[in-house]
Amino acid sequence: MPPVEKPSKPKAEAALFVTCLVDLMRPEVGFAAASLIEAAGFDVVVPKWQTCCGQPNYNSGDKRAARSMAERTIEVLEPYAHVVVPSGSCAGMIKLHYPTLFDEADALFGKARALADKTEELTVFLARHGYTPSVPLRATRVAYHDSCSGLRELGIRDQPRALLRKLPGLKLLELAEPEVCCGFGGTFCVKYPDISGRMAANKTADIAATGADTVAMGDVGCLLNIEGKLRRDGSDIRACHVAELLAGTLETRHGS
Amino acid sequence: MEVESGAFVEKARAALGDATLQHALKHIKHGFVEARATAAARLPDFEAMRDAARDVKAHTIAHLADYLEQFEANVTALGGRVHWARDAGEARAIVLAICRNAGARTVTKSKSMVTEEIELNPYLEEHGIEPIETDLGEYIIQLRREKPSHIIAPVIHLSKDQVADTFHEHHPKYGFHERLTVRSDMVREARSILRQRFVKADVGITGANFLVAETGSAVVVTNEGNADLTASLPDTHIVVTGIEKLVPTLEDCHLMLRLLPRSATGQDITAYISFFTGPKRAADLSGPSSFHVVLLDNGRSNMMGTEFEEMLRCIRCGACLNHCPVYANIGGHAYGSVYPGPMGAVLTPSLAGIDKTGHLPNASSFCGRCEEVCPVRIPLPRMMRHWREREFERHLTPRGARWGLHAWALIAASPTVYRAMQWTASRVLRLVAWRGWIRRLPLAGSAWTSQRDMRAPSGDSFQRQWRKRGGRR
Repeated sequence: MPPVEKPSKPKAEAALFVTCLVDLMRPEVGFAAASLIEAAGFDVVVPKWQTCCGQPNYNSGDKRAARSMAERTIEVLEPYAHVVVPSGSCAGMIKLHYPTLFDEADALFGKARALADKTEELTVFLARHGYTPSVPLRATRVAYHDSCSGLRELGIRDQPRALLRKLPGLKLLELAEPEVCCGFGGTFCVKYPDISGRMAANKTADIAATGADTVAMGDVGCLLNIEGKLRRDGSDIRACHVAELLAGTLETRHGS
Repeated sequence: MEVESGAFVEKARAALGDATLQHALKHIKHGFVEARATAAARLPDFEAMRDAARDVKAHTIAHLADYLEQFEANVTALGGRVHWARDAGEARAIVLAICRNAGARTVTKSKSMVTEEIELNPYLEEHGIEPIETDLGEYIIQLRREKPSHIIAPVIHLSKDQVADTFHEHHPKYGFHERLTVRSDMVREARSILRQRFVKADVGITGANFLVAETGSAVVVTNEGNADLTASLPDTHIVVTGIEKLVPTLEDCHLMLRLLPRSATGQDITAYISFFTGPKRAADLSGPSSFHVVLLDNGRSNMMGTEFEEMLRCIRCGACLNHCPVYANIGGHAYGSVYPGPMGAVLTPSLAGIDKTGHLPNASSFCGRCEEVCPVRIPLPRMMRHWREREFERHLTPRGARWGLHAWALIAASPTVYRAMQWTASRVLRLVAWRGWIRRLPLAGSAWTSQRDMRAPSGDSFQRQWRKRGGRR
């Protein structure tokens, strides 16, 4: 990635909250995100005490644990001016749900609000701070899958599409039902596997019908679900995080 | 309220494998989802109207006692009578007493979810009174001895062929022996049978979409006109509905009437909107001489002042069902409640207790589309989450899940333990993978691999690799 920094000015710092799912399952998405944030003119810091935002516990009714996980995350991310999250769902947790976990009189409420204000989902951050594609892309037909939290909690619809359209040679395709859930739903996919599996099948059928060779999305939860279903059904459509396309790291991952 | 939600998983699985049901459910997308989107797009004020409707209902619920009293006073002044039912049993007894008083043998009914909730029909039958459903969909499921699978489209789960078979089986006693296959013929046949029943009924029972406090009116929308015949032909009209159906004024009611059909079926207006305001007046040519409104609580007032209070805004349009990816794939019967889908996932536990209905608020991927389309902006996912919190507090969450959540909270509380776990998990996943992919996992992972593969991590955790590469931390 060619440097875009201007040596005269010290770069601002952006913390990458990488999310536990990216951390474990898709480290390459973390690197792609980091290189994009850097290319947008920021110094990337990965706060070393970060773990999980607490969403699994929050959505399962374990509010007490969710609150203490939020408290930890708020402290870990407090020193940074910008927090970037390569996930609509974890960013939504921090931006929308953290403030609801604390009483308004509680000092943590103010801190949660402050964190919510400075936290941005990756494509929102990139769209705001500018993004220039730096890697030539092999001509690709890409369908974009909207993750539910990103779409409905954070209003992420145009940003990733606008970023993808900047890639030369990329043809962006729309699903027939972009607003329908892929069936991941956090713990939902293991609590109700039959229903989740049907929803995933509907989604991959929709993706296949676009004629895309690649499906890109902003959440690793959806990604694991959709790529796993495509693979199970013997499809050769590749699935990736939108950051991998934007950073140009996809070709090396699939290593064809 | 009777619920059979315990077998949700098994019923959902059966529904997914039922080809006829799956074919029938395909109509939701075109018939409801696209129709609503078109209707909403045609009305520039639609979003502002939703805000206004939310505020009207929130205000009404906040002052419900006052508006209920105003409504009762107006109904009484018109010569009608309001009956208060604390629960289903009281409501059924009140209805039966009115029917007996009227010497009723047959009762016509227009579609009413509240009478489904209190299971009025079997009760009337037990007591020698024949209830006759006059909404075409309700008529069909009454013949089939089924429950509605959708709050506004009770037979959404059936195919035309199934309806043809049902008519062919039940209509010979009315002199119709031919198995019909054309929709309009089937409708005509049902109508000709129902016309006879309308004329002979002793009592008519309707629900109410809205109750207007300032006029004492019960408002019913239909596309078949059956509510008007149900209410006007017999000498006694009983409205059975929930206490939350109130709106303060006619103007508020008009706002709701603009939102309801657009949200429900995508219609700008329903074919019929009826205002039932007291019994027949001296100068009226027709109408009932006896007018009753049975107002049901059945757990509703317990929701007030709780995190579920906003659910009382619900106007039963069904938009949340139509836009729910879970409902769209399994239909309504799997939920085991007359209120299925997202609204049912919040309402049913409120009315029947969370102990028996634990699956309902859990069977959601929290995609949020229900809240996005709700005409009165009920935060349905948030309230499902509140039910999950209640379950967790009361140790109703399955033990395995509880342990998993506790363990995860402990792991996440300590970065050292978290890193060790991520390292171990990454290694194990890569170890069990073949050419980077996993086809089968044990334990909780088997639920994942029952449906799809899992791509193993490409290497160590991101944080570990980042540290090794000397990235800033």
